Amino acid sequence: MPPSRTREGLGEGSAQTLPALPPLTPPARGRGIPPTVFVEKQRGAMRIMAVDAIALEQGIAPGLMLANARALAPDLVVVDHDPAADHALLIALADDCDRFTPMVALDPPQGLILDLTGCCHLRGGQDALVTAIRARFSNVTLCLACAETPDKARAQARYGTVLPVAALDLDDDHHTALKRAGLGLIDDLAARPRAPLAARFGRGMTGKLARVLGEEDHRITPRRVPPALFVMHRFAEPIATSAAAIAIITDMAKEAEIALRERGQGGRCFIISLYRSDGDTRRLSLETGAPTRDPALLIRLLAERIDTLSDPLDPGFGYDAIRLDVPVAEPLGPAQIGMAGEVAAEVQLGGLVDRLSTRLGANRVQRLAGGNSHIPELAGFAVAARAPVLPFPWEQSEPGEPPARPLHLFDPPQRIEVIAEVPDGPPRRFRWRRETRDVVLYEGPERIAAEWWKRRDLKGLTRDYFRIEDQDGRRYWLFRHGLYGSEKPHPDWYLHGLFV
Amino acid sequence: MTDSMTALKRLKRSLEKPRPHAGLFALGQESLDERLGGGLARGALHEICADNGKDHAAASGFALMLAQLARMGKPILWVREDKVERHYGRLYAPGLAALGVDPDVIVQVVAPDTLAALRAAADALLVQSLGAVVIEPFGAAKALDLTASRRLVLAAEKSGATAFIVRDSTSGFASAAATRWQVAATSSVALPGNAPGMTSLSVALIRHRGGVIPFDMRMEWNRDQLSFAEPALLRPILAPAQRRPLAA
Repeated sequence: MPPSRTREGLGEGSAQTLPALPPLTPPARGRGIPPTVFVEKQRGAMRIMAVDAIALEQGIAPGLMLANARALAPDLVVVDHDPAADHALLIALADDCDRFTPMVALDPPQGLILDLTGCCHLRGGQDALVTAIRARFSNVTLCLACAETPDKARAQARYGTVLPVAALDLDDDHHTALKRAGLGLIDDLAARPRAPLAARFGRGMTGKLARVLGEEDHRITPRRVPPALFVMHRFAEPIATSAAAIAIITDMAKEAEIALRERGQGGRCFIISLYRSDGDTRRLSLETGAPTRDPALLIRLLAERIDTLSDPLDPGFGYDAIRLDVPVAEPLGPAQIGMAGEVAAEVQLGGLVDRLSTRLGANRVQRLAGGNSHIPELAGFAVAARAPVLPFPWEQSEPGEPPARPLHLFDPPQRIEVIAEVPDGPPRRFRWRRETRDVVLYEGPERIAAEWWKRRDLKGLTRDYFRIEDQDGRRYWLFRHGLYGSEKPHPDWYLHGLFV
Repeated sequence: MTDSMTALKRLKRSLEKPRPHAGLFALGQESLDERLGGGLARGALHEICADNGKDHAAASGFALMLAQLARMGKPILWVREDKVERHYGRLYAPGLAALGVDPDVIVQVVAPDTLAALRAAADALLVQSLGAVVIEPFGAAKALDLTASRRLVLAAEKSGATAFIVRDSTSGFASAAATRWQVAATSSVALPGNAPGMTSLSVALIRHRGGVIPFDMRMEWNRDQLSFAEPALLRPILAPAQRRPLAA
């Protein structure tokens, strides 16, 4: 009976670690080519973390000291071990695997697990898909196996079809105990009753055994949640120009629009993945404030997005696949058009906000929000315009009173030098931006206590605010930080805002 | 003959009515509106200049007040360069509320440079759902030349939204703006207890495309009525002599 679900473990065997980027053709093996090892300093000694195939042939394995390895092969090439680069490469490979299935999971440090359920028929069967994957990754040492469960596929990719007990990933003690009992292969264990094994080695071991044997299934956690909707186009001949790619994305957006309209849905986020034929993947994400499915809007946002890229789109040798994802779909009714065919004002403004957010970054297009705090800088701040904001009851000054809060607020407040008649009195003169200003009119202090209940030491300096008018009629908001004497011997002065 | 006469009449009428969106918004201060012939034009570009950086707060405040008067219940888009934010402080919502402007009507764009600010403003002026657009570039703003200002004027005329530019210099540049104002802070009429009084500005009209003769004037912003008013020079100030008996 053919397996109903197929998974594939994609790991590499002999070369334990890949260099930063694999060469296009694997180096010819043979005499004369020195072995390469990757080393890391551990407890003052250089230890080998990973080796290439040639080193393995010569008996140099990970875990050996570099000095011992040099004795075995004096012409050794030594490279620093770089786990971060390895991981980056693994992620790049995983990105590239998105073309085969949407369900790709990382199995660090060297493996990828692909859930091929329901994907094989798209490529004409499992064998054809495996051939396609092999062809795609011909430039890396690939160990590939397909099996019913992820653990079985993973074990087979590492150890072949006859699995040793090492495939159970037990700790050293248990591993040795199994060896001593004469149990070297998974098949030896399979025939035995499980209860005594669980009693000796723990329930984790029998569970793992069941999964490696394919008796018990467990789901992989894909890197990306499968999108609500995606449209993918593959090309026999790579698309070599950006203009042609955008034309195709337009078509895909129209396809997505039809599918979304049938469901009565729209998306707020659209991700375009451009798969280059050399394995590089470029992702562009577009976001809108309200759910949409309008292809013209998407293309306009895409143009804005491409304009803002620090490194422009480079088709290189061409894109061989393009995919448009709608990660989450939301309800969206048919568009409402006014009597004269005009577009609603909110829709227009929303479109403008989307366009500017895409061009400048979402945090540069803002709305002014209020906070329930008496600390001035927390009482009013800016939030991204697309973030949901609750209406805030803005406090107005008493009728007939001048504004109590400045139009412009310095954040952080600017340090100033102040001359006051008495240390806890109002300022007489102050110096800001290298200019001295005389205080002609003042009002204050307005005493604002620190939020001591939020602090661990239950302290914090009180601020005394003054509204000031200088000799030229300019109005400022100053405060003294700390009460003279009781909180601070010499309180500092700050300029916090400018009135109109 | 009669045909050509009616055509000529129609042409004359269309010339009298300058722009499709043209309408005026009054500033509320009678002497000022009288001089301006009713108010300032909507769907046009107005320049508000501070003589030097120190009066920037006054100039941007004046721009906010004009935008509030011109917006016709629609939102205001405020485009600032991020250097402005660093140099003169960020727009503070409680401060807007204290001037009578609802902070919820403001959409703020913080642009990385003048060019990006102008581009955002030009895009915004094409949208009919905005009432006013305020542009606040930093320093000399070389990118804001005659061509750029003309582009803004055309966009404003088309959509009917009124555009305001806050500049840190009063001369040395060409522009297609309908009016140019110079704004400075001026000392207010003190409240009892020597407290700073109502928001007062000293405003000068430097240039008017419609031929209004330049003038200068002091004005106060009345937050409760959302209009400009004559400064209350005649406000009864309690003389110390009158107060003394109370203290005694």
